Amino acid sequence: MAPPRHRDRGFSRRIQYGLFFGYVAAAAGIVAGLALILIARFDPLAFEGIRGLAIDVTAPFSGAGRTVARGASEVGSEFGGYFGAISENHRLRQENADLRRAIIAAHSAEMDNKRLRRLLHAIEPTAQPVTVARIVGSSLTGDRRYATLAAGRADGIRAGMPVRGPDGLIGRIAETGQHAARVLLVTDGGSSVPLRVARTGEAALGEGRGDGTLELRATTLGGQAFRRGDLLVTSGVGGVYPPGLPVAVVVAASGEIGSGRPLADPAALDFAAVLPEVAIAPPPPAPIGAAH
Amino acid sequence: MPPPDFYEPPSRTRLWAIPIGSTLVGSALAAVPIVSQIHILPPFGLMMALAWRLRRHEMWPAWIALPLGLADDLLGGAALGSAMTLWTIAFLAIDAIDRQPTWRDYWLDWRIAAGILLVCGVGQWLIAWFTGGGGLFWPVFPPIVFGILLFPAAAHFCALLDRWRLAR
Repeated sequence: MAPPRHRDRGFSRRIQYGLFFGYVAAAAGIVAGLALILIARFDPLAFEGIRGLAIDVTAPFSGAGRTVARGASEVGSEFGGYFGAISENHRLRQENADLRRAIIAAHSAEMDNKRLRRLLHAIEPTAQPVTVARIVGSSLTGDRRYATLAAGRADGIRAGMPVRGPDGLIGRIAETGQHAARVLLVTDGGSSVPLRVARTGEAALGEGRGDGTLELRATTLGGQAFRRGDLLVTSGVGGVYPPGLPVAVVVAASGEIGSGRPLADPAALDFAAVLPEVAIAPPPPAPIGAAH
Repeated sequence: MPPPDFYEPPSRTRLWAIPIGSTLVGSALAAVPIVSQIHILPPFGLMMALAWRLRRHEMWPAWIALPLGLADDLLGGAALGSAMTLWTIAFLAIDAIDRQPTWRDYWLDWRIAAGILLVCGVGQWLIAWFTGGGGLFWPVFPPIVFGILLFPAAAHFCALLDRWRLAR
């Protein structure tokens, strides 16, 4: 096939002007696009109105199909579960008894804890969720890891608020529409959460890597900071995230660097609670992930 | 009795709405109700846009990638302007290739599409990194490879749509 000769064919002034205008518009558009990217770099919340509108428009469709998608993924595990039911029942009974004992121990520890905190006058207000809503989808293309939440500004959600699921921290609100919002997952490359190793109390930082895991960095030098299976919880340092939320489990560790798997798997979760931003955040709502 | 009209052209709305609509649907596939930690789907919006552009050289003006890219950014959640800029540059590049007196065939079209998918995928990552994202680089590649392998299917689907578009 010969090359198409459409762009410079003919002597018609009208067509030639039309082509010329097209190129001018495209070049101007590229400049405008670069300007938009620069704006996104320095003010991530610019254009939240129009972006929120897009979330509002797409969220209902995702929400409608979500139950089907979940149902399909659950069928497999239901079948598998049927056959192992008896042995699993025994195992669970055993586990239940162990946990009962552990709970009693935990209760007494909690009582001690409360008493000691009262002594120290360090009573932390427990955060009441702003709202609880369904997770209806996530961005499957593109390099940012977002999930879509079926609640927005109308429910009191603002950009920057932390979001948790039943198992742990999911992420942080990135943008809001009127009735839907985008959650920046903790695994996004732009997310970093101050953490604490639950076993030792050592401080660490969990940065998303964009491949479903977190990179963990101990902030104290020397020694083996993490062990496989360590639980990491939010430390609450710097505000934003309330302290004590479970975030991740260490899956690999070497020295001060570790790799963590987030506890709240957005693929499996249905509901999420949006928590108020902890008050000691820096004055303007910190631009999400603007730090580099 | 007047003679039957042998060729009644399809309506103008149908002519422009089907290519643009199918591209938008491709972009909107980013909102399918699966929640995932890594991105697995190739950029269907870009694939459809490329398929139409490579199939119908005269159909779209040079600036059409601007609104299509903007819609893709809005639907997919990327920073505004990223697909807008990259797609427009890609379309201008195809224009430049169209000017070259080379022999055009199916394989060359595929290679053009593959190159553009690669450049746009890496470009999207760079823009995401610049606007505060980042993370590891390698997760960029599976969707790109996926997209390149699936492009012939997209081109075929585009051809089916095109036949339906021009049908009486």
